[in-house]
Amino acid sequence: MSTTTAGAHAHAHGHAEAGVGDFISTYVFSRDHKIIGLQFLFSTLLWFLVGGLLALGIRWQLAWPWSGMPVIGSMLFSGEGGQISPEFYTTLFTMHATVMIFFVIIPILAGAFGNYLIPLMIGADDMAFPTLNMLSYWFMWPAFFLIGSSFFISPGNGAGGGWTSYPTLSAVPEAAPGSGSAQTLWLLGITFVGISSMMGSVNYMTTIIQMRAPGMTMFRLPMTIWSMFITALLQAFALPVLTAAGFMLLLDRIVGTGFFIPEGLVVNNSLPASGGGQPLLWQHLFWFYSHPAVYIMILPAMGMVSDIISCFARKPLYGYKPMVFSIAGIAGLGFIVWGHHMFLSGMNPYLGMTFMTATMLIALPSAVKVFNWLGTVWGGKIQFTTPMLFALSFVSMFIIGGLSGIFMAATPVDIFIHDTYFIVAHFHYVLFAGTAMAVFGAIYFWFPKMFGRMMNETLGKIHFFFTFIFLNGTFYPMHILGAVGFPRRLADPYHYETFRHLMPLNQFMTVCAIGMVSIQVVFAANFLFSIFSGRKVGRNPWGCNSLEWIAPSPPGHGNFDFQPVVYRGPYEYGSPEVDSDYYPQNQPPPEKQPLTQTT
Amino acid sequence: MGRFWSILFLLVPILGVWVFVSAACNWWPFSGGSLSFPSEHWLPQDISVHGVIIDGLYDFILWLTGIIFIATGIALFWFLLRYDGEQNKDPVQYTHGSHVLEVVWTVLPAVTLLFIAIYQMNAWSDAKIRRPLQSVGPDGRQGTADDVFLPPLLEVTGRQFEWRLRYPGADQEFGTPDDIHLVNDLHVPVDEEIVIAIKSDDVLHSFFLPNVRLKQDVVPGMKQYVWFEATETGTFDIVCAELCGWGHYKMKGRLTVESRKDFERWLRQKYESQETNQLPLELVEK
Repeated sequence: MSTTTAGAHAHAHGHAEAGVGDFISTYVFSRDHKIIGLQFLFSTLLWFLVGGLLALGIRWQLAWPWSGMPVIGSMLFSGEGGQISPEFYTTLFTMHATVMIFFVIIPILAGAFGNYLIPLMIGADDMAFPTLNMLSYWFMWPAFFLIGSSFFISPGNGAGGGWTSYPTLSAVPEAAPGSGSAQTLWLLGITFVGISSMMGSVNYMTTIIQMRAPGMTMFRLPMTIWSMFITALLQAFALPVLTAAGFMLLLDRIVGTGFFIPEGLVVNNSLPASGGGQPLLWQHLFWFYSHPAVYIMILPAMGMVSDIISCFARKPLYGYKPMVFSIAGIAGLGFIVWGHHMFLSGMNPYLGMTFMTATMLIALPSAVKVFNWLGTVWGGKIQFTTPMLFALSFVSMFIIGGLSGIFMAATPVDIFIHDTYFIVAHFHYVLFAGTAMAVFGAIYFWFPKMFGRMMNETLGKIHFFFTFIFLNGTFYPMHILGAVGFPRRLADPYHYETFRHLMPLNQFMTVCAIGMVSIQVVFAANFLFSIFSGRKVGRNPWGCNSLEWIAPSPPGHGNFDFQPVVYRGPYEYGSPEVDSDYYPQNQPPPEKQPLTQTT
Repeated sequence: MGRFWSILFLLVPILGVWVFVSAACNWWPFSGGSLSFPSEHWLPQDISVHGVIIDGLYDFILWLTGIIFIATGIALFWFLLRYDGEQNKDPVQYTHGSHVLEVVWTVLPAVTLLFIAIYQMNAWSDAKIRRPLQSVGPDGRQGTADDVFLPPLLEVTGRQFEWRLRYPGADQEFGTPDDIHLVNDLHVPVDEEIVIAIKSDDVLHSFFLPNVRLKQDVVPGMKQYVWFEATETGTFDIVCAELCGWGHYKMKGRLTVESRKDFERWLRQKYESQETNQLPLELVEK
C-alpha cells in the first residue's frame, strides 16, 4: 500500500523538469485508475450528448414525418431539403442504440465508476493490472473512430441493421444498398468495445478478489463493489460469445462464408454467393451476450443506488445479504433467459415456455431489491439531496420498468406487444429512467471525491425536477402506443391506418424529449463550473461510511495516506455504538474487540 | 422540501394509473375532443377467436402489476413523507433487515410469477404449437404422428418491401399452373380456421396482424405456419414488425375478411384477370 500523500497534480509538478512527457503519462496514457475512470467519464458524457441528439432526430421524424427539421435540417440533409430520409432514419435508431449502449451505459458504469470506485472502496492503492486498465480505455478509441466513421462513410446512409444487426440484412451487403462498408466498420467497432470490456472485467475481478484492505471480507463490501464484481463475471463469461459471433458475421460479409445466410435467397435481385447457414444462430449468439449485457447495464446502477439511499436515509441498508444474493440471482438467471428476445423469431415454440418461466422468475430478485430499498427508506431520517433524489427516482422508475417486463415475459401477450413501443417503453424505463438517473445521482454523489468540490445543489435539484418530469412525458406514453400495437423502427408509422391517430401523442412526446435534452444544459454547466469553482470540501462531505470517503478529496496517486483497516460493513448508519449518525468502516470500535463481522 | 419531493413521487402512481385508465376508457386526455388526443389509444379492435384470450391475459397482468405499482408507489411516498429528516423526530430504526419479511417477499412473488407463467402456457400452445388439424388420423387420437394438418389457405412470402401472396388455386396444390399470385392484398373467409404458410426471400420480416393479435417473424430459409380464425368482416392492416431495410416502414399489406361466398368470387375474379394463366378455369376444376 502506497503511503504517498501527493495528489496526481503534485505528483506531476513534483518533478523539476516536468515536461510534455510527464503530462502525457499522467493525464493521457495514465495507469492511475482514477485518471482512467475520469477519462471514461468525460468520453462517455460526450457520447451521451451525441446519443441524445440522435434520439431527437428519431423523435422529430415520429412527430413530424418528412418535414424539414428547423435550422439544422438544411445543414444535415441538404440533398433532401432538410428531410430525414428513410435510410438515414434506420441509421439514426441504429446509432442511437449503439452509442447509448456501447459508448455510454456500459463504459460509464464499468469504465468510469467501476474504475474510479473499486480500488477506493476496497481500500487498495490501484487496480491489480494498471497497464491493462490503461489499455482498456485506449481500446475504446478504435471503436469510437470505426463506429463514428461508419456514420459518415456514405452520407446519410450508415449502418442500418439496428443495434441487434440481425442477418441476413446485416450479412448480405445487397440488402442495404448504398451503405457501403458501414456495417463492416460497425462490427469491427463493436469488437473493439468487446476487447476493452474484457480487459476491464478481468482487472475488476482480480482486484476485488486480491486487493481488499485488511478486514474487508467479501460480506463487508459495499453493494457498488458487489454489483461491479458480478457484472465483471457476466462480462467475462458472456462477451466471448458476442466477439465470436461478430467475427462470424464479418466473415459472412467479407470472405463469403455462410454462417448466417441460408440457401436460395434472392436479395435485392441478386443471389448471395454463400448459403447453408441459419439466421437464427446469430440471434442466439447475440442475445446470449446481449441479455446478460442488459444486466451489465443495470446491476452497477443498483449497487450505487443502494449505497446512496442508505447514506441519505442515515440508516443501514435493509437486507444486505438478500441484496447480494438477488444480484447474484439476477446474474445467474440472466444466462438462461436470452430466448425471451426470440419468442416470435421462429425458434421452436416449446422453448418459448422454458424461457418464459425463467424470465418470470428473474422478476423475483428484482422485486426483492425493490422491497429492500423501500425497507431502507422506512424509519430513516431522509436527507433530500440531489443524489438521493436521483436514487429514489431510480427506485420509482425501476418499478415501472420491472412491472412492464412481466407483460412481455408472458409469451401470449408478447405475441401482440413484441417489437412495439411497449418494449421501447420498458427498456427506456430500465435504462434511461433507471440507469441514467442512477448515473446522474452517482455523479452528484461522488463528484466531491473526484474533484474536491461540490456541485451546486439548487441547480442539481432543478436538473432533477425537469429531467424527471420530461422523461415521464417522453417515455410513459410509449406504453399506450405499444398497447395500440405501434411498431418500433418505422420511418413513417402513419403509413398504416391503424396508427394514424397516434401522431398528436407522438408530438407531445417529442416536445417532452426536446425539453429533456435541453435541461441537460443545466447539468453540463453545473458539472463544468463546479470542477473549477465549486465549493471546496474535505474528505467526507456526506458523512458516509465506506472507505473512499477516508481518502483525500481528490485522492492522490496511491489513494490513501494511511493503511485503512476495516472493522465492519459499510452501512452502519445510526449505530447505537457511537454518538455520530455514521460509523466509518475503518473506525476502531470503542473498546478493543476482535475482528468480527457486525453486519 | 421533503413534502414537495414526496408528492412528486406520489404523482408517479397517480398519473401512471390515470394514463392507463383514461386510455382504456377514452377519458381525457384520450377523449378525442378539443385539448385532448384522439380516442382509441388502447388495444385495437380484435376480430379473432384467439385474440380475446390474449387481450384477457393482457388485462389480467395489467390488474396484477397495477396493484403492485400502486402499493409500492404509495409505500415509497408515505416513507418519504413520514421519515423526512427535517420533520422526523424519532430515532433512526437501526435494523439490518428481517428474515421473516425477506422470506415472505421472496415466496409470494415467486408463487405469483410461476402462476402467471403456467397460466399463459395453454394460450401460447394454441397460438404457436397446436397447428389446426384436418383429421386426427386413423388412430383417432390427437397429438400423434398420424395427425393430418389443415392445409394452408395460401402462402405468404416476405421480400423487400412487399408481401407476395400465392393461393393454390382449384387443385389445392402450390407450384401448379393455376396458382394465383398477388401482392399485399390478402383475403380470407370469415368464421373459418385459416392456416397460412409464411416464408421470406431475402431478409427477416415479421408478419403482424394487429387486429388478429398474430405476429410471427418470417425467416429466410424456413417455412412456418400461422393460424387464426376471424370473426368479423372488414379490411385491416398487415404490418411488417421486424426491421427489413430502409423501406421497412412501407411494407404494408391489407387483410380483407369476407364471407366464404365473397371470398370465392374474389378469388375466381383474381384468377381470371391473371394474364399468365394458361388453362381455362373449367379445365383446372375438372
